[in-house]
Amino acid sequence: MSIAPSALPISMRRIEKRFGSMAVLRDLNLDVEAGEFLTLLGPSGSGKTTLLMILAGFVRANAGSIKVGGDEIITTPPHRRNIGMVFQNYALFPHMNVFHNIAFPLKQRGVGAAETAERVGKALELVKLHGLGERRVDQLSGGQRQRVALARAIVFEPRIVLMDEPLSALDKGLREHMQIELRALHRRLGMTTVYVTHDQREAITMSDRIAVMNGGRIEQLDRPETLYAAPKTQFVAGFIGESNFIPVESRNGSVWYGDRRIQTGAPTPPAGQHLMVVRPEKLRLVMAGEASTGINVLDATVGDIIYQGDSFVCYASLSDGRQLTLRDYCRSDVLARLPAPGQPIMLGLDAKDTILVAAEG
Amino acid sequence: MSVQSALLNEAAGPAGQHLNAQVLRADARREQLRLMVLLAPSLFLVCAIIIVPIGWLFWLSLFDESGALSAANYARFFEQASYIRTFVTTFKVAFIVTGACVLLGYPLAYMLSQLPRRAASICLIFVILPFWTSVLVRTYAWLVILQRKGLINSWLIDLGVISQPLSLANNFSGVVIGMTHILLPFLVLPLYASMKTIDTDCLRAGMNLGAGPAATFRQIFFPLSLPGLASGVVIVFVLCLGFFVTPALMGGGKVVMWAMRMEQTTSLYSNWGAGAALGVVLLVVTLALLGLFQWLLGARATGVWSSR
Repeated sequence: MSIAPSALPISMRRIEKRFGSMAVLRDLNLDVEAGEFLTLLGPSGSGKTTLLMILAGFVRANAGSIKVGGDEIITTPPHRRNIGMVFQNYALFPHMNVFHNIAFPLKQRGVGAAETAERVGKALELVKLHGLGERRVDQLSGGQRQRVALARAIVFEPRIVLMDEPLSALDKGLREHMQIELRALHRRLGMTTVYVTHDQREAITMSDRIAVMNGGRIEQLDRPETLYAAPKTQFVAGFIGESNFIPVESRNGSVWYGDRRIQTGAPTPPAGQHLMVVRPEKLRLVMAGEASTGINVLDATVGDIIYQGDSFVCYASLSDGRQLTLRDYCRSDVLARLPAPGQPIMLGLDAKDTILVAAEG
Repeated sequence: MSVQSALLNEAAGPAGQHLNAQVLRADARREQLRLMVLLAPSLFLVCAIIIVPIGWLFWLSLFDESGALSAANYARFFEQASYIRTFVTTFKVAFIVTGACVLLGYPLAYMLSQLPRRAASICLIFVILPFWTSVLVRTYAWLVILQRKGLINSWLIDLGVISQPLSLANNFSGVVIGMTHILLPFLVLPLYASMKTIDTDCLRAGMNLGAGPAATFRQIFFPLSLPGLASGVVIVFVLCLGFFVTPALMGGGKVVMWAMRMEQTTSLYSNWGAGAALGVVLLVVTLALLGLFQWLLGARATGVWSSR
């Protein structure tokens, strides 16, 4: 069972949606490549679920165009869109057993009994539920329901699969397991997938590309590595990974934190106020006398050190009172030179890890 | 001996016995006893106002007018055609009124369940509003509307639709109209409540998977609304069987239902034994029907589960 040859690209243009006077989506453009796993990531209220609902046809946009493989579908009713969807609460039909749930889309398409049985069997195998066809939905565990919902969404070989926070109801261990399984399933079937989540770690784990949404707009659309290493806005830097922000100023072709010059890997930004994005794991302790070329060194005082087993977190404050967080693994060489609370330290940040974003509002 | 003092510690416990097993069993028994004591007042109430009167009714039905033990009160049902007629009429009315309530109530409940919350609660007030008026007043209101020179007949004659007034009241149709109006909320409310619990995402999933609006309704919404419909139907049907005021007023004496028969027998002829027998028969038939319904519904529910 392979879907790859029929995977289609999606092209959304100038989508607008208002609920009353509140704009939920503003002039939104998004292209999803054929066979791509794209995640819409954002806080609640960012419009990601609304966009998915418009894509599925459950919510009517106020303006815009959606093309799937060149065909306009903005006015196509949901049952003719041929898009599979996995709902947040699974939305399994409680009055049908597992088999009939998965057979439902095939029944609507007039597939014969023999072929239905075969395809449902294959789908069950794909999600590792073989032999559970006769089970009632209320006899399944959360993870099993999730798999049934998934099997139901792909059994009719849809052109596109949408997933609305499908793993949010599962506990942590199962969620991480399902992330990897979903990813593998996508690799195997190759269907164009649009995934909605507010969990940045989940998005990074699973996606080919991530669209970070905020206030009804896409703030940045990039590969996970790029989003993490080169966020374009303060929002993206703050939403993906942990960050401390330090205000810096660009003047005379250089970047300054107070009277200390900051080196960056990128060209110097235009004059004005900016923010330096400091990731906890990019900081390291610098010993007195250590060579500091290509490194921005900040003087700080240790506040507290928290031991977390595999790693430790060191909270330090700069001379102007700003907090910085440093995280490192508990290797014996690092632990041997750990400072004590209250002790002055030097924190080093590689120039090529030094990210600047525009200061917002 | 309090639980505390009976507790044994591990070292002191006799070898081969489970630690504190007896004490824990006794504790569980005490807890059950406490719950029984809490239940006692309501159990007493149920006995006093339901079980005892029904037993007494049954007892009464076994004596004839002279006070001798006899089955005459029951034999009468098979000997007198009027009893059989009353019995048939009662069930005919109950079936038709229940059917009318389903036909009118299902679309209404469906509409209510699809409305936004605010609009739905306003509409629900209109469904519940009639409850605030007495059945007697509402029945007289229907008489005013339906009688020969009532609102409907005079409008239709004024509009030239008919030349002779329709006989809408004081007959079978009057009874059905009046009872349907009074019993409709008993069907709509449980049905609405069950429809509200149907997950919208289930309907969305149905459409997403290729079922059009009609197919989604037929294959998903309707089967999921059946439990609510069933409880509404049972309530309406059982209330119909014992209905008195509306058929007595709207039937014009031509439609005699079971409850009216009981009233005649006890207050007009003062034959308590015969009246009690009528009550017992109604109770038994109603229980039998409920049992049948439950059985059918159970079969239906399992049928729905495997979707065949």
